[in-house]
Amino acid sequence: MKMKCSQVLMECLLEQGVDTVFGYPGGTILNIYDEFELHGYGEKIKHILTSHEQGAAHAADGYARSTGKVGVCFATSGPGATNLTTGIATAYYDSSPVVFITVNVPEALIGKDAFQEVDVTGITMPITKCNYLVRDPETLADVVREAFAIARSGRPGPVVIDIAKNVTLTEVEFESLPLSEHSKSGRLAKRVQRSNNNLKAPEPDGEDIDKLISMIAEAKKPLVLAGGGIIRSKDAVPEFRKFIEKLGAPVTTSMMGIGACPSDHPLFTGMIGMHGTRASNIATTKCDLLIIIGCRLSDRVALAPHFFARNAKIVHIDIDRAEIDKNVKTDHHIIGDARRVLELINAKLPSYDYPEWREEVFSQKTKEPVSAGKTTPKEIVDIINKYTDENTIITTDVGQHQMWLAQYFNCSRPKQFISSGGFGTMGFGLGAAIGAKIANPDKLVVHCTGDGSFRMNYTEYATAKYYGVPVITVLFNNRALGMVRQWQALTAGRRFSQTTLDRGPDFVKFADAFGFEGVRVSTKDEFEKAFEKAVKSGGYYMIECSIDTEDLVSPMIPGGAKSDEFLLD
Amino acid sequence: MSEVRIHTLSVLVENVAGVLSHVTRFFSRKGYNIESLAVGPTDDTSVSRITIEVMADDASAEQIMNQLRKMFSVYSVKELPRKTSVRRELVLIKVKAEEPDMRNEIIQIVNIFRASIIDVSLKTLTIALIGDEDKADAMQNLLKNFGILELARTGTVALERGEATLVDDTKENKEFNLGKNMN
Repeated sequence: MKMKCSQVLMECLLEQGVDTVFGYPGGTILNIYDEFELHGYGEKIKHILTSHEQGAAHAADGYARSTGKVGVCFATSGPGATNLTTGIATAYYDSSPVVFITVNVPEALIGKDAFQEVDVTGITMPITKCNYLVRDPETLADVVREAFAIARSGRPGPVVIDIAKNVTLTEVEFESLPLSEHSKSGRLAKRVQRSNNNLKAPEPDGEDIDKLISMIAEAKKPLVLAGGGIIRSKDAVPEFRKFIEKLGAPVTTSMMGIGACPSDHPLFTGMIGMHGTRASNIATTKCDLLIIIGCRLSDRVALAPHFFARNAKIVHIDIDRAEIDKNVKTDHHIIGDARRVLELINAKLPSYDYPEWREEVFSQKTKEPVSAGKTTPKEIVDIINKYTDENTIITTDVGQHQMWLAQYFNCSRPKQFISSGGFGTMGFGLGAAIGAKIANPDKLVVHCTGDGSFRMNYTEYATAKYYGVPVITVLFNNRALGMVRQWQALTAGRRFSQTTLDRGPDFVKFADAFGFEGVRVSTKDEFEKAFEKAVKSGGYYMIECSIDTEDLVSPMIPGGAKSDEFLLD
Repeated sequence: MSEVRIHTLSVLVENVAGVLSHVTRFFSRKGYNIESLAVGPTDDTSVSRITIEVMADDASAEQIMNQLRKMFSVYSVKELPRKTSVRRELVLIKVKAEEPDMRNEIIQIVNIFRASIIDVSLKTLTIALIGDEDKADAMQNLLKNFGILELARTGTVALERGEATLVDDTKENKEFNLGKNMN
């Protein structure tokens, strides 16, 4: 059937089962936006107009992280596209599958510094898994099919499709293809064929699995470290839990791995790394076998890479071969999808038990945090835990509140704790909460934030209210950029350069202006009452919780220090 | 960190727009200057071969190779060690040759190096030389005395000796491909 490429794009989104698109229109992308009206695609695909392209990018990311499906985001050329870049990088660093579609100026104007022209593929090259500039209308459908496949397969990640505006108006012949046929046609077929030629069977190597089994047999003090790879791999968590039950060894996770193991699991030692627990960090230095699954050992986990797990044989399981030996030198690795690798391991692994080793690890207690304020951050999170369950999704921004949630939130399943880990994007949480709530309308979504992060993207309240997306915001207000302030307090002689936020706004009035109910609390009891009410109401609720400016995130190991060199414990 | 030395990387890529800047980006990101770069199509016109020489320590070179290998437009990457590869570079040198003695002397040098003269004018000779870097350097040094007016080097191209090819069915290649497999 002959149709314009703008319609081809919509048809391609329907092939992929896309039900929601987040975005912001503009001059170059208007032909695509016209399809929502002209051919009624707005009936099948819901478009969420955000306040800012960055909010749309984070929402598409939150949608993807909370479901495992590919998120989709539209933006126009120039500033529309550059406003996406922080969102694209956020998705890239946390391996979140999002397809970003931008439209550039017409081909004849590309390279002429036209109005709102920017080299989108050039700018996004380092922050995408793959990107395209579509100049040939005949290739559009093929490119979109390949882009979605790349975004969701292997180690997921963002893909950018930039389309020249004249392409969107060009008529081409298009036949819809069911998703299952995509890998048999066009570019994707070539790619699949190419990778299968080299890859006789896309399976983890059996000998590598056997070697790990024998390494486990020799180990006396094994430790398991799970990362975001377990969360991204489809259905890996049940296999992972089977694996840790069989192994009976202590288990820790990175922040991205939160949810791989229930927070209250008897084998769980808590988060590892800079603000990880004593038990997790001491266990890494004492273990004799460290099994890492889907974790890239960033500088927040392996603070001093040469000393990381220095008494252990290190085994790294990952789908991305380029992560092996990148940050920490390993002794053995297995390449494959986490679920499949764990399935193969579980089939061969006998049951073990390490009561003395567990005792040694779990005797390392993290001190209860003390606070000068009326309410400690931990008390706030404990109340959140009390009124929420596995049907709750928590999104966070970045900073101290993020760490407190990572440390104390009672997470029981994957995709429940959504946070910008690798890129550390302040302002991520509200957009992500909107995306997560739209994807999971039956779940309660709580957006936790700080006064610094909240101000970055809080205009997305307009989006939430307009589209009927009830979210609850818990605002940890310490009237400072707390995490940077903490570093200044500990390492910069308490010179609080530009980290004091003594300037409002009045958050309650702000919430009110957007149709949210705002309430300000300063004690534990007030917070509990407000939070209970917020949960009952289901959303459109902002609780500003005053905490002490001096409250610190502890434990803390400074960057570059060994895993047992605590600055705060 | 091991010592810094020249690494010759041979990279097979999909012949699409932007692939060269994608590949070279990894070198600048790590702060390494590319010593030489040669790009051209292969027997399959949809595939190009990029030969890159970079001065780096072993660990960084390995990491750059790994980052390249996971790119969708990169099919295969291999380091070609000096001992087990054949390497050639084409050099064009335009040299001053105004006096007859000078001309004769230059022609002798050209013969010794088994290079060829590809253009002549009343005042200049243009010489083409094919060889490895050492040979090119040696000839360049000798001709300096006569006055080099212009010089162009293609950068090294290299292939492995014997039967080995870049897309061998090695375990490492399989591991990288597993990550690219579509599901």
